[in-house]
Amino acid sequence: MQDRLKELQAEALEKVAAAADLKELNDIRVSYLGKKGPITEVLKGMGKLSAEERPMMGALANEVRDAISGQIEVKQQELEEAAVQKQLAAEQIDVTLPGRPVKTGSHHPLTSIIEEIEDLFIGMGYTVEEGPEVEKDYYNFEALNLPKGHPARDMQDSFYITEEILMRTHTSPVQARTMEKHQGKGPVRIICPGKVYRRDNDDATHSHQFMQIEGLVVDENVRMSDLKGTLQVFAKKMFGEDREIRLRPSFFPFTEPSVEMDISCKICGGSGCSVCKGTGWIEILGAGMVHPNVLEMAGYDSKKYTGFAFGMGPERIAMLKYGVDDIRHFYTNDVRFLKQFSVEE
Amino acid sequence: MLVSYKWLQDYIDLSGVSAEELAEKITKSGIEVEGVEKLNEGMSGIMVGHVLECEKHPNAEKLNKTLVDLGNGETVQIICGAANVGKGQKVAVATVGAVLPGNFKIKKAKLRGEESHGMICSLQELGIEGKLAPKEYAEGIYNFTPDTEIGQDALVALNRDDEILELGLTPNRADAMSMLGVAYEVGAILGKDIKLPNPQPETSSEQANDYINVTVEAKEDNPLYVAKVIKNVKVGPSPVWLQTRLMAAGIRPHNNVVDITNYILLEYGQPLHAFDYDKLGSKEILVRRAKDGEVIETLDDAKRTLSSEHLVITNGTEPVALAGVMGGANSEVGSDTTTVLLESAYFTGGAIRKASKDHGLRSEASSRYEKGVDPERVRPAAERAAELMIQLAGGELLGGVVEADSLEVKPAVVSTTLEKINKVLGTDLEMKQVEDIFARLKFETSVDNNTITVTVPTRRGDITIEEDLIEEVGRLFGYDNLPTTLPIGASTPGHLSEYQKKRRVVRRFMEGAGLYQAVTYSLTSAEKAAQYALDQREPVELAMPMSEDRSILRLSIVPQLLEVLKYNIARQNDSAAVYETGAVFLKNSNDDLPEEREHLAAAVTGLWESHPWQGEKKPVDFFVLKGIVEGLVAKLGLDNQLGFQKAVMEGMHPGRTAEILLNGNVIGFIGQVHPTMQKALDLKETYVFELSLKALLEAETAPLQYTAIPRFPSITRDIALVVEKEAAAGDLKKVITEAGGTLLKEVQVFDLYEGEKMEQGKKSLAFSLKYFDPEKTLTDEDIAKAHTKVLKALEEQAGAVLRG
Ligand SMILES: [Zn+2]
Repeated sequence: MQDRLKELQAEALEKVAAAADLKELNDIRVSYLGKKGPITEVLKGMGKLSAEERPMMGALANEVRDAISGQIEVKQQELEEAAVQKQLAAEQIDVTLPGRPVKTGSHHPLTSIIEEIEDLFIGMGYTVEEGPEVEKDYYNFEALNLPKGHPARDMQDSFYITEEILMRTHTSPVQARTMEKHQGKGPVRIICPGKVYRRDNDDATHSHQFMQIEGLVVDENVRMSDLKGTLQVFAKKMFGEDREIRLRPSFFPFTEPSVEMDISCKICGGSGCSVCKGTGWIEILGAGMVHPNVLEMAGYDSKKYTGFAFGMGPERIAMLKYGVDDIRHFYTNDVRFLKQFSVEE
Repeated sequence: MLVSYKWLQDYIDLSGVSAEELAEKITKSGIEVEGVEKLNEGMSGIMVGHVLECEKHPNAEKLNKTLVDLGNGETVQIICGAANVGKGQKVAVATVGAVLPGNFKIKKAKLRGEESHGMICSLQELGIEGKLAPKEYAEGIYNFTPDTEIGQDALVALNRDDEILELGLTPNRADAMSMLGVAYEVGAILGKDIKLPNPQPETSSEQANDYINVTVEAKEDNPLYVAKVIKNVKVGPSPVWLQTRLMAAGIRPHNNVVDITNYILLEYGQPLHAFDYDKLGSKEILVRRAKDGEVIETLDDAKRTLSSEHLVITNGTEPVALAGVMGGANSEVGSDTTTVLLESAYFTGGAIRKASKDHGLRSEASSRYEKGVDPERVRPAAERAAELMIQLAGGELLGGVVEADSLEVKPAVVSTTLEKINKVLGTDLEMKQVEDIFARLKFETSVDNNTITVTVPTRRGDITIEEDLIEEVGRLFGYDNLPTTLPIGASTPGHLSEYQKKRRVVRRFMEGAGLYQAVTYSLTSAEKAAQYALDQREPVELAMPMSEDRSILRLSIVPQLLEVLKYNIARQNDSAAVYETGAVFLKNSNDDLPEEREHLAAAVTGLWESHPWQGEKKPVDFFVLKGIVEGLVAKLGLDNQLGFQKAVMEGMHPGRTAEILLNGNVIGFIGQVHPTMQKALDLKETYVFELSLKALLEAETAPLQYTAIPRFPSITRDIALVVEKEAAAGDLKKVITEAGGTLLKEVQVFDLYEGEKMEQGKKSLAFSLKYFDPEKTLTDEDIAKAHTKVLKALEEQAGAVLRG
C-alpha cells in the first residue's frame, strides 16, 4: 500500500510536470485528487490495516496529496504566467501607425485677427460695438463730415440701395451711432469690427466686400500723443516688440489732424525691400483726432471734448502677418487655405 | 503729381538734400511720396551724334547704313532700322558698351554683312513712354535740334539726369498740384526761402479789348475770366527743356503754344486754354451754362451732347470749349495759327465735376478745378504764359486788361490758442515755435497773449478751422517729436457684451465639432437670394449693381456655403465641413433699414469620420449635423427648449429635413440637400442647417444652479416596442416622458430595427428608461407603478406594443 502511494505520487508529479496547459493540469488534479481518484481507491483498502498502521498510512496519503497539489499549484502559476505572456505577445501593436485624428475645424483667419485686436483693446478698457451693414447715408457720410456733394465721397464709390440707404463703406457709422447714444457725454472707448462694401472689381488686392476694425476714444482731454501711445502699444503687441511706428500726415474728412501709421518692415528691418517697396515702412492704418464737426453732430461740445479714432483692414493685416498674396483667398474659403490657420499662435 | 527734382530747384535751393532724402522729409511732414524714379536708371553710354552719311543698306530694303560723328573724335558706321533717319540729323547714339533699359547691352554687330557700331535710339528706347513722346517721334528715332552740341551725354541733353518724386495727393492738398505749391511745401519743411517767377511781359501798343470782349453769364460757376491776345505767334515745336519737363511730368508735348499752357498748369496749378483767335468767328467770349441738347465737338474729335448742368465757353453763339474740361475742335490751335486767345479762368468745382463725370473726361485741368485752384494765381499765370509765348513763339502781347471779374477773394483768417494746440497735440510748445512754423509756411500771423491769428493764403483752401492750424503745427513740428502717452481720465471696464461672448462660444463649439469657419459675400444673385430663406421676405436690391451675381442681399447663408463646398470638391478636397455666422437681410419698408438678423449655418459633405488603415469611412449623415445642433444648444443651456419636426422645404430632401424649434418657434432648418440640387452643384450627399443665431443667443436661459449628485441608485428599464414604420421616435419619447411622471428622469433610444424579422410596415424601437428618486431608494413597486403607466400610454396613444 505504501509503495502504491509512492508510485502514484511519482506518476502524478511526472504528469504535472509534463502538463501543457491549464486544462490538462486540471484533469490531472481531478484524476489524482478527486473523490474517485486512485489515492482514494488506495485508501479504501485501509480497513485491512492494523490500528497502528492506519494513522501512519493516513498521514502518508495526506503527504502524497499535498505533494501533488503543491506541484499542481506551482505548475498552475507557471502556466498562467505563460498564458499572460502569450496573450501580451499576441496583443502587440505597431505604435508607429497613425492615430485616429480628432475632428477639428478652425477660425477663419480674419476672425483670428479681429478677435486678437478686440482682446487687445478690451484689455485697454474698450468695449466692442457693432452696427448695421446696410446704413443710412446720414451715418455713413453726413455725420462723418461728408455732406452730400463732398468730393471725398468719390474716394469710396458705394453700393446704394435707395438714395438714403447704402451698404456701409466703412465701420465709422458705428462710431457716429455710439457717440449719439452717449448723448454728448464721455468717456467713449470702443472698437468696432465688421464687414464693409465698396464698388470695386474683385482682384488680388481689391474686394467689393471686406472687413474693417476701427477704434474711437472720446473724452475731455484726449490728446494726439495718446493716439500715438495707443497705436504704439497696438503695433508692438500685434506685430512684435521690435517694431517701430511712424505717423505721417494724411487726410480723412472725419479727423483733423489726420495721419497714417506705418510700422517698420519686418522683412528687411527698415533697409528697404520689395514688401515695403524699398521704403522700410509698411502702411497699417489711418487715424486722427476726431473732427470737431463730427463731435458736434453727435452732440458733443467740441470745445470741451476731444477724441481720436483709428481704422484698419484685417485683410491687409492678415496678408502682412501670414504672407497671404491674394485677398480673394479670404472669401473663396478653400479648406486647404482655412486649415492653415488652425494653429494657435 | 510728378515732381521733377531738377525743376523744383528753379524755386528752392536743394543743395545738400538728395531726392531720396527730400522724399522722406516730405512724406513725414506733408505728403506721401509714393516713389522716386531715377529717369536714367540702368542706362549709360548714350551720346549725341551727328549723322554724316545715310544710305540704303546694300542687302536690306528696310535698313539704312549711316556714318555717325560721335563728337569725341570717333566716326562710326551704324546700321539703323528707323525709317526717319537722315543725313544731317543730331541723334542719340547708344555706343558699343552702352546699356539701355532692361539691361540691354550694345555690342558690335554685323547686320546683313555690314558692321554696326552702336544703335541710334528712339525715345522709347531711352525709357520714355510712347504716349508721352512728341507725335513726330512716337515712331522712329529722336532728332535733337540742330544747335545741339555733339559728343555730350544724350540723357543729359534730354534732361533725363533727373529724379521724379511721385506725390500721392490726398483730396485736401490741391495746393500741391503745382510746382509752386510743392515749392511752398518743401520750403516749409526745409525752413528755406523760395523764389517765385515774376512775369512782366512787354505789351504792344494795340489794345486787347479791340479784339475781344468777355461776358460771363454764369457768374457762380465762373467768377473770374481773364483773356489775353497774343499776335504773330509762330507755332512750332517747343525747346527741349520745355518738352522734357512736360514728358517728365507725364504730359505729351504738342506745339509751343499748347505746351506753354500745359507748362503753366504744372507750374502754377492754373489750367489755361489757348484758342485760335481767327477761328473763333467773333470778337466775343460768352461764358454760360450749356443749353440742353447743345452739341460740342471736343479736341479729341468726340461729339458731346450737353445739358444745362454743364458750363461752356462760347463765341457768343456757338460753344468753343467745355469749360475747364476740354477745348472745342472748332477753335483748336494748329500749325497755321497766328493769333492766340489765351484763357485763364477761375471755375468753381461743381459744373466742372459734373461735366467731367458725365463725359468721362478727366483731364489735368478738370481734376485741378474739381479740387479748387488758387484764385490769386489766375492773373499771374496768364502773365507768365504770355511771357513765354513772347519768348518761345515770337508772339506779341496786346495791351490792356480784358476780364470779367465778380470774384471776391477773402483769405481765411483763423485763430487758435497755444493752450488749445498743446491740449490737442499733447505737446508743450511755446508761442515762438508756433510762430516759426507759420513763418516757414509763409502764412501771416499776429499774436495777442496766447492767441495766434493766422491769415491763410488762398493757395491753401484746405485750412478753415483751428484744427487745421493745429494740424499744420503738428506735422511741421513732426509727429516723431510728439510725446507717447496713453489716455488719462476715468477708466472704463473693457468687455464683450453677453451676446458677443456667446457668439464666441458658438464659434469655438462649431470648430471643436470639426467645422471650418467660412466668410462669404453678402451680395448674391436673385436666384440664390431666394433659396433656403427661413423668412420669405422680399429681398433688398442694390440700385446699381456691378453684376447680376452681386445684386441682392442674401436672405440665407446656405446657398453661399454650398458654393464653398462646390468650390472645394471641384478642387479635389473630397470632404468639406464649413460653417458661417453672419447677417441675412430682411426688407422693411423702402425708407427703413432692412432687418439684419445674424444666422448660423453649416454645410457638410463627404466623409465625416475616416481612419483608413482601420478600414473606417463614415460619410456625413443627418444625425451628424443634428448632433452638432443638439450639442450646441445644450452648450448654451437651452436643450430643454429644443425640438425638431419633420418638414418639407424647397431644395431639401423631402424625407430628410426638419425644422429646428426653440420653445416651439421655428428658428431654423436642418437636413439633406435635395439630390437634384446636389447634382447641379456636383456634390455627393450634403447636409446643411441654418438657424437664427439671434434667436438662440437672445433666448432666456435659467441661471446655472447646482443640483445634488444622486445619493440613491437609479433603476433602468429597457423596452423594445413594435410600431408603425412612420412612427417618430420623438413622438414616442414624448409619450413616455409625459406618462413616466417625476420618477422618470431619462429616456434614450438605444436601438432601431427595421429588418426582415419585422412584420411588413412595422419597425422596432427600443428605449432605455431611467427611474430615480432623489429622496429614497426606489422599490420594485414604485417603478412598476410608473412603468405600467408608460406602457399603457404607449399602447393607447401610439399603438406601440412590447416586442415579444
Ligand atoms: Zn522691407
